[in-house]
Amino acid sequence: MGRYVIRRLLQMIPVFFGATLLIFLMVNVMGDPIAGLCGDRQCDPATAAQLRKEFGLDKPVWQQYLTYMGNVFTGDFGTAFNGQKVTELMGEAFPVTIRLTIVAIVFEIVIGITLGVITGLRRGRPVDTSVLLLTLVVISVPTFVTGLILQLLLGVEWGVIKPAVSPEAPVNELLIPGLVLASVSLAYVTRLTRTSIAENARSDYVRTAKAKGLPRGRVISRHLLRNSLIPVVTFIGTDIGALMGGAIVTERIFNIHGVGYQLYQGILRQNTQTVVGFVTVLVIVFLLANLLVDLLYAVLDPRIRYA
Amino acid sequence: MRGATHARWAACAVALALAATACGGGSDSGGGADGIVSSSWGDPQNPLEPANTNEVQGGKVLDMLFRGLKQYDPKTGEAKDMLAEKIDTTDSTNFTVTVKDGWTFSNGEKVTAKSFVDAWNYGANLKNNQKNAYFFGYIEGYEQVHPEQGQPTAETLSGLKVVDDKTFTVKLSQKFSTWPDTLGYAAFSPLPSAFFDDHAAWLSKPVGNGPYMVDSYAKGSKMSMRKWDGYPGSDKAQNGGVDLNVYTDNNTAYTDLTAGNLDLVDDVPASQLKNVQADLGDRYINTPAGIIQAIAFPFYDKAWNTPGAAKVRTGLSMAINREQITDTIFQKTRTPAKDWTSPVLGADGGFSETLCGDACTYNPTEAKKLITEGGGIPGGRLKLSYNADSGSHKEWVDAVCNSINNVLGKDTACVGNPVGTFADFRNQIGQHKMPGPFRAGWQMDYPLIQNFLQPLYYTKASSNDGLWSNPEFDKLVDEANAESDTKKAVETFQKAEEVVRDQMAAIPLWYQNGSAGYSERVSNVSLNPFSVPVYNEIKVN
Repeated sequence: MGRYVIRRLLQMIPVFFGATLLIFLMVNVMGDPIAGLCGDRQCDPATAAQLRKEFGLDKPVWQQYLTYMGNVFTGDFGTAFNGQKVTELMGEAFPVTIRLTIVAIVFEIVIGITLGVITGLRRGRPVDTSVLLLTLVVISVPTFVTGLILQLLLGVEWGVIKPAVSPEAPVNELLIPGLVLASVSLAYVTRLTRTSIAENARSDYVRTAKAKGLPRGRVISRHLLRNSLIPVVTFIGTDIGALMGGAIVTERIFNIHGVGYQLYQGILRQNTQTVVGFVTVLVIVFLLANLLVDLLYAVLDPRIRYA
Repeated sequence: MRGATHARWAACAVALALAATACGGGSDSGGGADGIVSSSWGDPQNPLEPANTNEVQGGKVLDMLFRGLKQYDPKTGEAKDMLAEKIDTTDSTNFTVTVKDGWTFSNGEKVTAKSFVDAWNYGANLKNNQKNAYFFGYIEGYEQVHPEQGQPTAETLSGLKVVDDKTFTVKLSQKFSTWPDTLGYAAFSPLPSAFFDDHAAWLSKPVGNGPYMVDSYAKGSKMSMRKWDGYPGSDKAQNGGVDLNVYTDNNTAYTDLTAGNLDLVDDVPASQLKNVQADLGDRYINTPAGIIQAIAFPFYDKAWNTPGAAKVRTGLSMAINREQITDTIFQKTRTPAKDWTSPVLGADGGFSETLCGDACTYNPTEAKKLITEGGGIPGGRLKLSYNADSGSHKEWVDAVCNSINNVLGKDTACVGNPVGTFADFRNQIGQHKMPGPFRAGWQMDYPLIQNFLQPLYYTKASSNDGLWSNPEFDKLVDEANAESDTKKAVETFQKAEEVVRDQMAAIPLWYQNGSAGYSERVSNVSLNPFSVPVYNEIKVN
C-alpha cells in the first residue's frame, strides 16, 4: 500500500509540469497583455517597456517558465496586474470556492446517494420513474438557466435569499449556489447509484445476507451499498476538481468571489501569473482528489487493497 | 410521485432555513445625512494611484477621495477652481498657480504647493510605471524624466518650481492656452507625504483630500468610504458614506438592485434595457457622456491612403444607418453622432449638431456612388475588427456591416473580424497590423474639444492608432492651442475638425450614454459627463 502511494505521488510530478507548461504556453500565445492595460489608447512605449520588464515579459517564454517555476517552489506566485500578490488572491478565493465545493459535494452525497438507493431498490415503480425523469430534466437544463431562475424566484420574487452572495460568503448564503452547482452531478450520482444498487441487489452475497436473517437496514448499508459505491466514489472524486475549476458560471451568477471569478478575470486581462498560479493549484487539487479516490477503493473493497 | 414530493419538501426546508438566517434585506439601516449608499463596482485594473488609474472603476474612487486644482461641474462639465485660488499666465506657456488656504488631507497634513509638485513629479517619472504619465507630457522637462527609450536622466520635471507654501510655477514646452482646464483630471491630484513614506500602506488604505475617506478596503471585493467631517470644500457629502461592492457580473448587480439589496447600479446591462423602464420607472438615468465610438482606418496600409480613399470613407459613413442601429440594438442608450466630439461639451465648448452634416446622414444612393467613384473598397472586402470579449461589439459591428452590404447590394462586402481579447486587439492595433478598419472608442479625459481631436488625429499623437497625418489639421491645432481667447480657440479647433470631416479620418458612429438605476432608498442621483455617479450629492431617504 505504501509503495503504491509513493508510486502514485511520483507519477504526479510529470503531470504537474506538463499541465503547467501547457497553460503557460496557452496564455502566452494570446499576445502581449500589457497592450490591454491602458484602455482604449496606446500605452506609451517607455512605460509599456518598463512594465514588461517588471513582469518579466521581455524574456523568451522558456526562460519565463523556468523563472516562474523556480519562484513557485519558493512560494512566490508572482504579482497580478493590479499590484496584488497572486498568493493573496488565492488566499481570498480558495476558501470561498472550497466552501462552495463542500456544500455541493455534501448535496451530491446526501441527496444523490439517498435518491439512488431509494430508486434502485424500487426499480420500475412510480418513484423510480419520476426520479429518473427529474434527473433527466436536471441534466438537460444548463446550469446557468437553473441558477438564474432560482436567483429570480428565491431572490427577487419571494425574497427568501439574497441574489448576490456577500464577499465573506458564509455557508448559509452558499446553500442555493451550492445546490445549483451540484445539480447536474447530483443527477448523475443518483443514476449511477441506482444502476449499481439495482445490479447488486440481485447478487448472491445479498441473497446470502438476507438468508442469514440479517436486518434489512444492515444488508443495505453494509453489504449492498458498500459494494455499489465504487463507481459513485470515482465520479464524486473526479468531480471535486471539476467543481472547483468549473464553478465559474455559478460564481458569476451569484457574485461569488472565488476561483472561477479570479480565473475569468485573469484570462480576460491575460494575466499569466494569476491564470498559471490558480491552474497550478487546481491541478494539484485534481491529482490529490484522484489519489484519494484510489485509496478509497481500497477501503471499500479489500481485494483492491492487496492487489 | 413520492420522489418528487420529497424533493419539493427538501427545497422548501432549505428555503425556510435561509429565511431564518440570511434574510436581512437592504444594506446598513439608518437614513438621512448618515445613511450609507451601497453601489455596484468593478475590480479596478490597476493599483489605485491618481496617475495610474485610467479606467472608470478606479476613477470613481479617486473622484470621491481627491480634489484637485480644478473640478469639473457635474452638470455642465465646466472646469471650475477647486483648490486653485488663481492660475495666471501671460504667454500661455508660463503659469503661476496659487493654492487656496485651509485645505488638508484627511490625515491632517496640509495641502501645499509641494503636495502638487511632488505628486506630479512622481506621476511623470518613468521609474514609477504610472500609466497616465503622458498627462505631464506638456510640462517642460518631461523628456528627461520620461524618455521614449532608456533610463530617465532627471528625477523631477524642470518646468515645475515651488515658490512658497501656496505658490508654484509651471513652464510648458509648448503654448497651450486651455491647459489649466485639464487640471481637473484625477492624475493631477495632490498627494500627502504618507504616499511617499509608506507606499504599500497607502495603497492598502488610500488617504486623500476629498469629501470621503476610506474606512476599509478589501481588495477585489469591497471598499467602504465614509464622509469626512473635516472636509473644507463646498461640495460636502450629503450622505454618511458609500459602500462600493465588486460584482462579478453587472447582471447580478442589477438583480440585486431589483431585489432591494443595492442602492445604485451605474452600468445597466444591455440585456436588461428592455425591462428597465418597467422595473425602475423614473429611477433609471440615461444621459450623454463624453464617450464617442468610431471606426478608425489603417492609414499605414497604402490601399487606404490613396487620394480616392477619402471618398470611399465618406461613402461608407453615409452607408451606415445610425438611427436604426442605436434604436434597435442599443435601445437609445447611444445617440447618432453629428460630429467628432461629444454633446457634453455644449455648443460653447465646441460640440456641433451640424458639423458632420450630410457625411453622417444615411443616404444609400449617394453612398454607393461615392464608394464606386473612389475606386471601391480596398481589397474588395471590408474587414471590421473588434474585440469580442466585452460589451456588445459583435451586435453592432454585424449591424453596421449589414447596413453597408445592403447599400452595396453585396452580401460579402463587409464582414466583422472578431479578436479574442481586448489585450490582443490593442496589441494588433499597437503593432499596426490591422487588416482593415477597426472599432475605436474614445472616452474623454477632460471636457475640452482639444481632447477629442489632438490625441486622436494629430500626427504621431498618443492615440492616433491609424497613423493619420494631415499638415493642415496639425497647423490648425497648433494655432488653436496658442490662442488665448477660449472662444476663438474653440472655433479654430472646429476648423481643424472640418479637415477631419473632409478627409473622413475616422467615421463617427454614436455618442455613448451613461446609464444607471437606483433604489427607492436614495434620491438626487445623477451622472457627471464622465458617466460616473455624483456620489457626494446622493441623499438617503
